[in-house]
Amino acid sequence: MEIFSSLGDGFVIALTWQNLVLAILGCFLGTIMGALPGLGPSNGVAILIPLAFTLGLGPTPSMILLTSVYYGAMYGGRISSILLNIPGDEPAMMTCLDGYPMAQQGRAGEALSLSGVASFVGAFFATWGLIFLAPQLVKFALLFGPAEYFALFALAFATLGGVSSTNQAKSAFAAMLGLGLAVVGVDTQTGVPRLTFGEVHLYDGLDFLVAIVGLFALSEVFIFLEHRHGAADAEGKKIVIGRLTPSFSVLKACTPTMLRSSLLGFVAGVLPGAGASLGSFISYSMEKRLVDRKGTFGKGDPRGVAAPEAGNNAAAGGALVPMLALGVPGSGTTAVLLAVLLSLNITPGPLLFQNNPDVVWGLIAALFIANFILLAMNIPMVGLFTRVLMVPPRILMPVVAMVSFVGIYGISGSSFDLLVMIAFGVMGWVLRKLDVPLVPVILGTLLGNTMENNLRRAVTISNGDYGTLIDSPLSIGLWTVAIVGFVLPIFVGRVVKARMHARRDTEGSLSD
Amino acid sequence: MAFNFIRTAVALAGLGLAATPALAESHGGFMPQNPECIAPANPGGGWDFTCRQVGKSLQDQGLIDSTMQVVNLAGGGGGVAFAEVVNKRGDENDLIVAASSATATRLAQGAFPGNSMDQVRWLASIGADYGVIAVAADSEVQTLPELLDQIKADPTSVSVAGGSAVGGWDHLKVLIAADAYGIDDVRSVKYIAFDGGGEAVTQLLAGSVQAFTGDISEAKGFVDSGDIRVIAVLAPERLPGDFADLPTAREQGVDAVGANWRGFYGPAGMSDEAYNGWVEKIATLYASDEWKEIMANNGLAPLDLQGAEFEAFVANSVKQIQDISREIGIIK
Repeated sequence: MEIFSSLGDGFVIALTWQNLVLAILGCFLGTIMGALPGLGPSNGVAILIPLAFTLGLGPTPSMILLTSVYYGAMYGGRISSILLNIPGDEPAMMTCLDGYPMAQQGRAGEALSLSGVASFVGAFFATWGLIFLAPQLVKFALLFGPAEYFALFALAFATLGGVSSTNQAKSAFAAMLGLGLAVVGVDTQTGVPRLTFGEVHLYDGLDFLVAIVGLFALSEVFIFLEHRHGAADAEGKKIVIGRLTPSFSVLKACTPTMLRSSLLGFVAGVLPGAGASLGSFISYSMEKRLVDRKGTFGKGDPRGVAAPEAGNNAAAGGALVPMLALGVPGSGTTAVLLAVLLSLNITPGPLLFQNNPDVVWGLIAALFIANFILLAMNIPMVGLFTRVLMVPPRILMPVVAMVSFVGIYGISGSSFDLLVMIAFGVMGWVLRKLDVPLVPVILGTLLGNTMENNLRRAVTISNGDYGTLIDSPLSIGLWTVAIVGFVLPIFVGRVVKARMHARRDTEGSLSD
Repeated sequence: MAFNFIRTAVALAGLGLAATPALAESHGGFMPQNPECIAPANPGGGWDFTCRQVGKSLQDQGLIDSTMQVVNLAGGGGGVAFAEVVNKRGDENDLIVAASSATATRLAQGAFPGNSMDQVRWLASIGADYGVIAVAADSEVQTLPELLDQIKADPTSVSVAGGSAVGGWDHLKVLIAADAYGIDDVRSVKYIAFDGGGEAVTQLLAGSVQAFTGDISEAKGFVDSGDIRVIAVLAPERLPGDFADLPTAREQGVDAVGANWRGFYGPAGMSDEAYNGWVEKIATLYASDEWKEIMANNGLAPLDLQGAEFEAFVANSVKQIQDISREIGIIK
């Protein structure tokens, strides 16, 4: 087949010594950057652009280096989610939900290696999807007008209830809080600043990276400070890493989850503007709806680790589809890659596959290679990463605080963002005291703007007729899934809860 | 996003490469020691491209000794960077900042609270991206007057998509055309704001909207592939090279010109030596064949203005935008 011969040419390009070294270097640096809270894939790629230019690399080696960083950062994001309950980047947020409880139960090594495998599966299938489906997927993305996007986001929020908390009302409150925070900034539909109080730093809205690091990392530090005197927790907790590789039965149990999540994540990645966060989010909540019969999600279920990791890595591959084929970035990181391509005088777009086949196929081959390198790199290094957990909190927490401040200042270079981060930290501390889940707050902040804009675009296009929202088969389908996903748990929930109680009685108190 | 701590990051990673010490002095006159370009947006946009491309080309041609450090200082549509330069870095000689029509638009509409264009020194332009109005390849509309007639007859029937917010430059371009065609109430033109030109073009292909207003560089890939049809270029005359087939608005009887220029400003306290040095470097770059090729590849049209001439051009452009914005009620 033509595809395989092109791919073969791609491997010939990618398998030179220089390109292999670049791929290994990129994977390694990417993993580190992904693991540091605040330094996500887009920053990781941006930081290394000057390196690519200084080395005088051509288009293909540059892209190999930078996409290795991209994939590496997607892998790395999970590490601090699992070990510290602080997501290394936005898409890794969902991994906290089950990864951290697993670490607390002494299964950190298992969670890390399992999520490494899940990342590999997601990225591997996404890369195949990129090869075979890129032209068709572009057509699929074109089915999504503003109304369909709005339905997709509504679906995401409808399935949110109970994702991260047992109390639906608190979940809903948190989501609303997040949506409210998303309103801050200049409204792109009218150009009017909202809730900015004349402060130019707020014109672009609240940066969700700032929000994430504040809510998760800083509030963790505050909680630690609060408990410092009664230091039983800090001193006495014996941390067990557990086995470093997942057992075969766990892998087998997670396989269907990984496959489903890869598919969902890939689709979410292909849609411009949806991106990896939505991919991991939808994968997790769908998986919870589908297989969480015993209510173990959120309490350290391995499938809850596998789903978002497969989902977000698949989305990372998927996001390359619209970037290469349409010149429209599917995520923040692909926007950076797009800029690099442009400054190398390569115009991504419908003709890229014809005009620069060496770049495209070399890149795709490099993705495969990077994927294997990352798997090989991540499994043996699990032991190294888990040592982080051995560091006592009195040393770890100041480091977390320092990394948060340096990371956020590094992103924007503005001290204003540091103040915003501290405000979010205090807010996170209060919300934790009230037992309000933090994830919906972030999701609201992250997705709220896009959701609102698409609603308003749809309604403006239809001259104020809200009927447009359910005008196409696709949007009707999305709404149906959303409504079923929202209503069903209310009825089924009772049964599940009863079962959970029964289980709790027999097993005693397992949850912390 | 993260360029200002590049030195730390580079040092941490043990990659002392980007911080190559400046080579021996090779040119007379002003030579920035640590050249820095602020792109007032996240990586990936036009300003980012401007900084990176110019930085790379200046170094390739030996006009600067060390690598141009690109700092992404996003926020407030460029307002954060503008305020930073005015308030904190007012006397630096090694600093330049990417700017474009969007900067002038926001200055004109008072969207940078408390700032005005004379608080910085305008250096030079590096080209202009002319506006286009396009429809999908399968659209029945063939010419600009046809589209404007449809809008005139029933403004609700045509949605125009663009990559800037309402009141932004993409929006103003279509209003300039509507105004020139004699549509009285330009506010009735239905404009849908997307996050960038790429998304707007995608929605044109998806059939959600009927027309697209943006820059020619955003549309180029889709014109080449035959997915969209440019019905008017908002340039004074036909563009050279690949774009010669595209009709201008003017030749269709609609006297509308809209150029998204790209250029740089520097801090107000920059020494005259540094100011002249930068102006001269950018002028040398602009005159080079390499830059002409970059312009051609990216759909940038000629706009060759430096120093005082550029300053006057920006002032004029601010005034023109103020007039339109007042007319359509965006400012009072």
